[in-house]
This record gives sequence, C-alpha cells and structure tokens, in this order.
Amino acid sequence: MELLPTVWFIAIAALWIGYLLLEGFDLGVGMLLLFSTRKDRQRRLMLNAIGPVWDGNEVWLITAGAATFAAFPFWYASLFSALYIPLTIVLVSLIFRAVAIEYRGKGSSDKWRMWWDRALGLGSLGSAFGIGAALALTTTGLPLDANGDRVGGAFAWFTPYAVLGGLAVVGFSLVHASVFLGLKTDGEVRVRARNFVVRWSPVALLPIVAWVLIIQFQHGSPITWSLVVVAVIAVVFGWFSARAGREGRAFVGIAAFLLAGASSIFAAVYPVVLPSTINPAFDLTISNAASGEYTLGVMSVVAAFGLPLVFLYQGYTYWVFRNRLSEHHIPEAHVVMPAVAPSVSAP
Amino acid sequence: MDPLEIARWQFGVTTVYHFIMVPLTIGLGPVVALMQTQWVRTGDEKWLRMTKFWGKLYLINFIMGVATGLVQEFQFGMAWSEYSRFVGDVFGAPLAMEGLLAFFFESVFLGLWIFGWDRLPKKIHLAALWIAVAGSIVSAFFIIVANSWMQHPVGVELIDGRPVMTDIWAVLTNNTALTAYSHTITGALAVGAGFVVGISWYQLWQRRRDGIDTVDATGRVVVGENASIPGRDRKDHSVWITSIRIGAVIAIIGFGGVAITGDLQAKLMFEQQPLKMAAAEAACHDGTSFSVLSIGPLGSQNCEDVVGIIEIPGILSFLAHGDFDTEIKGVNTLIPEYQALYGTNLPDDPLYGERAGMEINYLPIMEVTYWGFRLMIGFGMLAAGFALLTLWIVRKGTVPRSKLMMGTALLSIAAPFGANIAGWVFTEMGRQPFVVAPNPTPGGVDGVYMFTAAAVSPGVSGEEIIFSLASLALVYAFLLVFEVKLLIKYVRGGVASAMPELGHPDAGHGDSDSDPDDPNRPAQRDDVLAFAY
Repeated sequence: MELLPTVWFIAIAALWIGYLLLEGFDLGVGMLLLFSTRKDRQRRLMLNAIGPVWDGNEVWLITAGAATFAAFPFWYASLFSALYIPLTIVLVSLIFRAVAIEYRGKGSSDKWRMWWDRALGLGSLGSAFGIGAALALTTTGLPLDANGDRVGGAFAWFTPYAVLGGLAVVGFSLVHASVFLGLKTDGEVRVRARNFVVRWSPVALLPIVAWVLIIQFQHGSPITWSLVVVAVIAVVFGWFSARAGREGRAFVGIAAFLLAGASSIFAAVYPVVLPSTINPAFDLTISNAASGEYTLGVMSVVAAFGLPLVFLYQGYTYWVFRNRLSEHHIPEAHVVMPAVAPSVSAP
Repeated sequence: MDPLEIARWQFGVTTVYHFIMVPLTIGLGPVVALMQTQWVRTGDEKWLRMTKFWGKLYLINFIMGVATGLVQEFQFGMAWSEYSRFVGDVFGAPLAMEGLLAFFFESVFLGLWIFGWDRLPKKIHLAALWIAVAGSIVSAFFIIVANSWMQHPVGVELIDGRPVMTDIWAVLTNNTALTAYSHTITGALAVGAGFVVGISWYQLWQRRRDGIDTVDATGRVVVGENASIPGRDRKDHSVWITSIRIGAVIAIIGFGGVAITGDLQAKLMFEQQPLKMAAAEAACHDGTSFSVLSIGPLGSQNCEDVVGIIEIPGILSFLAHGDFDTEIKGVNTLIPEYQALYGTNLPDDPLYGERAGMEINYLPIMEVTYWGFRLMIGFGMLAAGFALLTLWIVRKGTVPRSKLMMGTALLSIAAPFGANIAGWVFTEMGRQPFVVAPNPTPGGVDGVYMFTAAAVSPGVSGEEIIFSLASLALVYAFLLVFEVKLLIKYVRGGVASAMPELGHPDAGHGDSDSDPDDPNRPAQRDDVLAFAY
C-alpha cells in the first residue's frame, strides 16, 4: 500500500462526498423550484434557505477538481477530456444556476423571475445529472487507450451507467433538499417538503442504491458491504423519522446514508480511480495516476491546515443561519427606480 | 477540424471574458471594505450608504466571476489533457491551494456578509467582508503562481521527461510570479477605482442636471435636495463626492503601482522570454530604441517589412536594463538561438498529430504582441490621466453640467479593462509557440518546456471543442447583456437601489431600529431579513 496516494484518494473521496452532502440540497432546491409551488413568496423562502451557504458549498466541487489535478493529474486529464460534452453541459448549467440565484430577485417583472427560475431549475438539474454521470463513470470505467485517451468518439461515455449515475445524484438531491427544507423552513413549505420525503424518497433513492449495489457486486468486500448495511439502516431511520415529523433526525439519517453509501463505492473501487473498459492493463490506479511524493507531501500539509479551518468557519455559517425561515421573514420585493427627476427623465 | 486552433480560441475567449469580471471583483472589494470600515469607525451614515451601493454592484459582478471561473479549472483537463499530464505534478498544487486557502474563505465569508446585515455584530460583519476580500486577493496569487510557472518554470527536476516538483517555495516565490502578481493586483485596483470614478461622476452630474446641486459664482458647489426622488438628499451628495475622490486617489495609486511593477516585469521578461519582448518591439535587429509607432504589412510575420516611424533611442535599453546603451537582441538574432536550443522542427511524435515534424515558428504573431503591448500602456496612461484630471475638476465639490464630459467619464471606465485585456493577450500570445516557455536563466532546468501543439487533448475532436466554444460564447454574450443591464439599472437608481428604506418617509436613519449590538432589540426570529434573494 502506498501511503500518500492512499491518503489523497481518501481526501478526494471526502471532497466529493462533502460536495454531494452540502451542494446536494442546493441543487435539489433548485430542481424543486421547477414544480413545487407557484407562490413567489414560498419560492423565495426556499431559495433563501440556501441563500447564505450555497456558494461556499460549491467550492467543494472546485476543490475536489483541483485536488484531483494536483494529486492525480492522469486521472484528472483522462476523466475530464473523456467527458468533454457532459462536462460542458455541467459548466453551462452551473453558470446559469449561479447567476440565476443572484439575478432572479433583481428584476421586477414576473416574466424576468419566471425565466431565471427556469435557468435555476434546469441549471441545477443539468449539474446534478452531469456530475452524477461523471462520478458513476469514474467507478465503472470508460473506453481508454494506453495513453488514457478516450476512444470511440464524442459519445463513447454515454452508457447505462452514465444515466444511472445521473439519476442517482438527481434523485438523492431532491430527497436531500426536501429533508433540508423540512429542517430549515416553517409553514406550507415545511409540510410539503416533509410529505415529499415520505412519499417519494423510496423511488428517488432507487438509482443511487442500484449504483451502490452494482459496485458492491463487482468489487465488494466484507468491509464495504458493512458500509452498505450502515447506509440501509440510516436511510430507513431517516424515512421513519421524516414520517414521524422528526426533521432533525431525518436529515441525519439521509446524510449518514450518503456518507456510508458513497464511502462503500469509493472503498470498493480502491485502488483503481478510473478503469479502462478496453483493457484492465490501461486502468488508472492510485499508483500510476498520482503525483510525486514531494507534491503529495506538500499538499498534505496544506490540506491538514486548510480543511479543519474550512470545517470550522463553514460550520460557523450554518450556526449563524441556524433559525428556521418562514414566509414572514421574507421582505417585500424591492422595485428599483431611476433616481432622476421625472420631468427631465421623460423620453 | 483542427482541435488545436479551436481549443486555443476557446481558452482565449473564456479566459479574457473571465478576466473582465475578476479585476473588478479584486479592485472593488477592498474599496467597499474600506468604506464599511469607515462606517463602523465613525458611524457616519454616508459610509453606510457607500458600502451598500458599491457593495450591491460588487455582488452583481462577483457572481459572474465565480460562475465563469469554474470553466477555467475544468478546461485544463477537458481540452488540454496532455498539458495536464505533463505539468500536473507542479501546476495542480497551486490550483488546489487556491481552492483550500482562498476560494473557501471568499465564498463562505461573502455569504456571511451578504446575509449578515443586522444579524451579525457590526465588527464581525465587517471582518467577514475583509476576509472575503482577502480570499479574492489570495486566490489571484495562486493562479498567478500557476501561470508564472508556464512563463518561467522553476522548482522542478526533469524525471522521465516530465517535470517533478522538488521545491514548492521556489514555485511560490518565482520572481516572475511576484512581479506579475503585483502588476495584476495594482491593475485590478485601477479597474475598481476607475469604475467608482465613472459612476460617481454620473451621479454628481445627475444631481446637477436635476437642479439639486448648483454652483455659486466662484464655482463652488451649493448642495441641495429633492425629497420627491428617493435618496436624493443632502447626504447623497457627500456619498458621491467622497466616492469620486477615493476612486481617483486609488486609481492614481493603482496606476503608479502598475507602472513600477510593469517595469520590473519587463526587465525579467527581457531575460526570461527575450523573443516575446523582441516581438513586442517588432524589432528585427539588435538596438536600443523603443518604437512608439511602427507599421508594416499585416500578418507578414517578416520583421524586415516593418518600418519604424517614431522611435526613441535608448528607451528600450532603459526598459530592459536601466541604462541607455545596452544592445537589445532583435528577432533575427534570437530565432537562431532558439533553434539551436529547442530544435528547428517539432519532434516526430504522435503527440503532435499532423504537426509532427513540422518546422517551428518561434516568432509570436507580431501584430498582437506589438499592439497588445502598446494598447496596454496606452489605455493605462489614458485612465491614469483621467483620474488626475478628475481629482482637479472636483476640487470645488461637483462636476460640470457637460453631458459630453459625463459621457467621457463613463467611457473611461472601459480603459483599465482594455489595458488588462491587452496585457494578458500580449503575454499569453507572446509566449507562443510554447505553452510552457523554457527557462533560459541560470537555475533553469534543461528540457522543461512544452510546445502548445503537444498540449491539446489527443482524444477530443475539433467538433466537440466547437460545441463548447459556441455554447459558452453564446451563454457569455447573453449573460454579459444581463449583467450590464442590471448594473445600469442599479446605477440609475442611486443609493436607493441598494437601500430600499431611503424611499420610505422615515428615510435616512440607517440602522437605528435594528442595531445588532443593542441588547434590547427584539428576538431575531421575528425580524424580517435585512437581505433576501
């Protein structure tokens, strides 16, 4: 076993899991806006529940990508270039989502809000699906040649696994967001969110469960199977808690489900980071994809210093904004008018 | 279709666009933080209004920088996988540090700041903004470190044909990085300050046009108010006159810094990438003269055709070495030197695709380097001159009623942006045909360089890159329209656009009813949010 590459494999797995755990509910809230309510004040309530934290959550994605580049450049290069088209869609989706969150409230017409809501919803959907597909493919494999380059054309990545992974993250995000809204809001939004978890989570979580099981049947060991057992217990606990109206416990249950389920996937595929479906000899592993000892050592020092700090101050943000929001907390929409004398400004 | 050319266009388009938003974020952030500091220190509501107004514009722009920055990080792997494999051992580390040590601070604390009005104690709220601003400034450092390694690779050893990092300290303190970083930060300050000057001018002019402010016989301002327009009270005047003065002073400081750091950077560049500087001069032969204007047939790529119209003897030597008579090598001297060191033809390696074995053209596109260099300096001097002029014009407390001058002031916002873009296009295209330029200075490691032709992803087709270039360019154009529209809308609204309470009858008393430091204030859960999306 190689120590530093293993440490960095765990670190990158942790960054991805942290990303799904935190941004999962941001993406889910965005998607829920596509169909959950037409009342603008309730939509704003949902959006403001993630308002102070979503941007910080997105940094987990940036850091996961950059850490992969730094620690496993060959993994980063092969995965990102092989998934050229889906990642382009992810980027466009993330751009629309981010800008929509900031801009939707800054226009005064219903049409303006409607279009930015669509951008926000579809942007969240596209990001969740694309990132899920990419993560699934890095566990199930891509047609890579000896140099790590994709063969078979621009859509060689488009397999049932890609669809499964996409649906897995979309479904998980919807459930996670509903659990989150149940915990962070009050009134109709809270009730609706809770009902959504009870009614739909058995369906919405099926793809992610299928992904976990497929990986386990291919590569599972007693340790990873025991993680699966933990995940199952957690999700059952979460569902019953949601049904009983215990939102805090429901959130803990769903979060633990993701933590254990995703860990079981990463642990099962270790030490392979990106299999080649052409020839197992072309697999990228923690040994042949990693940076040198020195670079990994430097990065370890940086992470050992930086990550605890992130936990600390990101935790502080959640603590500051810990109160439930209700519709009466949401201020009236502010209409911006030109500060010019009417007589002079007439066209 | 040729993936290389399209991938280069894609990188250029997305990076230039990203770098429209970024310098404004970096430059405006400290200005807003300074204003809020003054508010916390003095309690003068003028500073609160400035913080809210400029802070609002800061956020409208900030989000665009964040959104377009993701593309930057992804596209190294997507379109330049061979580059990523070659440099990964050293190039990824600063990017990861940027995420861990800068972006997290920036995003988390900015969220605290946006939603923390009336919720956090004043000083903690102020600290949140300073930390977020520091995050932006630190993030610039790490990305400049990464870029500077491509300009001047240090701190590595060549093992199995690949640079392997041996000294992170050398990478972080690369002299190229230190000068480029200070040049970039001062350049960003100039952008932020120019933005403040142009918009404040518009506001002062608007107050004069609406007959709110007038001038007396000596030209000194007589401040008035118009209660029917939200926010146009007496205090409003002090908001804009203070803003414009702060903006002008910071712009002058910024441009001073840009000139000094630019000079340092040029001196290094003459050593580290002599051909880039020779191409910047379009100079064939060795000499000492700086060209103010040279003309030649476009695209001829033959420096013999270029005719110097106006040249100042000695200045080029001064730029490079600080004296007036050291000969600076011209293109004709340098190209054979490069050929001797790095070959006349690209290696016969499948990595180069159809370019394998082709002759190497070491000369960057001279129109771009020559004019990029001059546009950068020209725009910078223009904007610096305008800042000085502004400081003098507003000495009596307002701006003239001239619409033309107001228009010029608004237009002047664009000049520092232009200088930033021209500078980056110059330095990146001047590095060609290398993506990682060789390091010819003592201490440079032999063989650590990469031709751009070998850097592109071998498995990705031109059509795929066209797809992303087209979709991103379309999205970017679309979003730029909305960003500018929103900025204009909020600028026209004046301070009231960021402080709705100014439109209400009890306007102008700031935070009197919800001081978070007041122990008697009502329980938090009953408050309406001071800010909400």
